[in-house]
Amino acid sequence: MAKVIVYPPTSMILSDLVERMGHKALVVSESVRKLATANDIQSPPLNVTPEEPKKGLRYAAVDVPSGVRGRMALIGPLIEEAEAAIVVEDPGWLTGCAGCNRTNELVRLLIRTKGVPLLDLAYPTDDAEARVFVQKIKTFLEGLK
Amino acid sequence: MRITKYVITSSESDILPSDIAMKIYGSKYDVNVKETCFGVVVDGEEEVINALIEEIRSLDPAGIFIKDRGFPPGDPRRCRGRRGGGARPGFYMIESEAKMLPMISRALAAVGEVPAVPAKKKPLMPNKLEDIIKEGLI
Repeated sequence: MAKVIVYPPTSMILSDLVERMGHKALVVSESVRKLATANDIQSPPLNVTPEEPKKGLRYAAVDVPSGVRGRMALIGPLIEEAEAAIVVEDPGWLTGCAGCNRTNELVRLLIRTKGVPLLDLAYPTDDAEARVFVQKIKTFLEGLK
Repeated sequence: MRITKYVITSSESDILPSDIAMKIYGSKYDVNVKETCFGVVVDGEEEVINALIEEIRSLDPAGIFIKDRGFPPGDPRRCRGRRGGGARPGFYMIESEAKMLPMISRALAAVGEVPAVPAKKKPLMPNKLEDIIKEGLI
């Protein structure tokens, strides 16, 4: 079982397909859960403390907006943990954790420079493309240990 | 550790969110379940939820999709009942991807060789356009 990071990191389709094939999908909701359900809530309501942007400094410079560093505090450790990656071209409607384009550029760059097996795709627009989309993901995941 | 998962049905699936909720109510598992318009949210211990979602998926393997969720169901920080209405922030991503689920479901259920997809037309390059104009006018 490999740990596969998916981009967008909030994608239902990609995380579902990865889990179906018996691998572990690394998604941002795991990181959110750790903060949101921690017993020792220090900074209600979301428990995002000044420590989070500091963790983001590992991936982005201090003059980068705190929103980017805050997001990287959640997504960065997932990239470090990843053994493979599936990246889907930005569809133009990303929101929430994945709604910051500068963070998304940085995430895609870090995934590409990490050197793990990578599958690049675009979201399908018709049935034929959907079959190719699913087939490529299946083949890629079957090739992982 | 307690975890929360979304169970989302494709709009073409014969399984309704209420069917899934009823299956969970009738199951032996000790979990919290919340029915929504697009599926259900289940919350419980990790091993229990993992076993449960496999049973739920078996209802319609190609038409049921599972997604992780950070907040527990009904959490006042996300529940629209406590925030004055409107969709919760993560709904827009689910809404956008849900439109593709029927295609993905059909692709998962399909057997046989994958058909070749014709290459998409590329935009006309400026130098090619110049050549066409020259040929037409000169």
